[in-house]
Amino acid sequence: MSQDNIKIEPYAEKIRLKEFLGGSRSTIPLLVGTTPFAIIFGTLAEPNGLSALGAVMMSIFVFAGASQFIALGLLAVHTSLPIIIATTFILNFRHILYSANLVAKVKHLPQYWRAILAFGLTDETFAAINNRYQQPDLTNAHWFYLGSFLTMYINWNIFTYVGLTLGNIFPEMQNWGLDFAISVTFLGMIIPYLSNRPIIVAVIVSAVLAITGYDLPHKLGLLLASFSGICVGFSLLALAQRKNKIAAIKQGALND
Amino acid sequence: MTNEILLISGMFIATFSVRYVLFAIAGKIEFPAWLNNALSFVPPVVLMAIIAPNVLMPKGELWLSYNNPWLVACIIAAIAAFIRKDLLTTIIVGMLSFALLKFVFAM
Repeated sequence: MSQDNIKIEPYAEKIRLKEFLGGSRSTIPLLVGTTPFAIIFGTLAEPNGLSALGAVMMSIFVFAGASQFIALGLLAVHTSLPIIIATTFILNFRHILYSANLVAKVKHLPQYWRAILAFGLTDETFAAINNRYQQPDLTNAHWFYLGSFLTMYINWNIFTYVGLTLGNIFPEMQNWGLDFAISVTFLGMIIPYLSNRPIIVAVIVSAVLAITGYDLPHKLGLLLASFSGICVGFSLLALAQRKNKIAAIKQGALND
Repeated sequence: MTNEILLISGMFIATFSVRYVLFAIAGKIEFPAWLNNALSFVPPVVLMAIIAPNVLMPKGELWLSYNNPWLVACIIAAIAAFIRKDLLTTIIVGMLSFALLKFVFAM
């Protein structure tokens, strides 16, 4: 046996660290958008009736940007607890769709890993790990996922605290338009998907219905827009696939 | 205080249960191919449903105008995204444009 045939496997720890850092690195661009979002959450907490400790605890245990904002908005108008919690549930229902997208790729992991990764499933991490999870070898991909999650999590919590402090120093900060950061971040995450007609149409349908359904109670417009967009996009995709199939059959018949 | 503990516990259950339920039962159910196809539309569609009202109705009413800094900054960011295809560039261009439009041009 020649020397060349002996493969030297790198240590498992090294591979894991490399994956972890890769996940962290792929998440850093997204922090540019989520950091101002975390700061503004911190600044808005106390003016809207959530204590500083409550804001810190919410970022630690709930870790869901959009829901935390909506909760503040509802607290400000003295909404009852069950309504706030139900709204959180509805707003987060999109995560079931994210997890459905990933489920086949985590089923080999032990249950505690799945629980940790599920807790870390945010819009940003889902986008950041997308490329990694398209690759065929997913043996250590959960370390990549963990790297992305912890990067988001630590950043979110630090800047919630920074926001609380800044909010006390500059009370007028909530008018600076920092909320724009999350819109442009999400926009940047959407654009790479726009590579074919079904997706483009689905996104347009979603935008139009989100606007027209904006006044529906409990953010139902968001769900309505999402489901309609998905149905339209999926129908267009199914039609295109059917067309291709028929064309392929015709081609086959010609060749015979 | 008790109220905040209840609020945060409730929100924790509402977010975590949704994120975890499918992971918990993974391997016990198989998703058919058509469902996976449909799910591939989820991320861009849901994100768009979240941002469309923020950008097009930042003050609660539809504001389709070149005076709307949210909209104009998003268009500039989208152009940057198509040119550079790089997320960080898109975000920075968008935020700088927004700051310029809102504070320098006082839109």
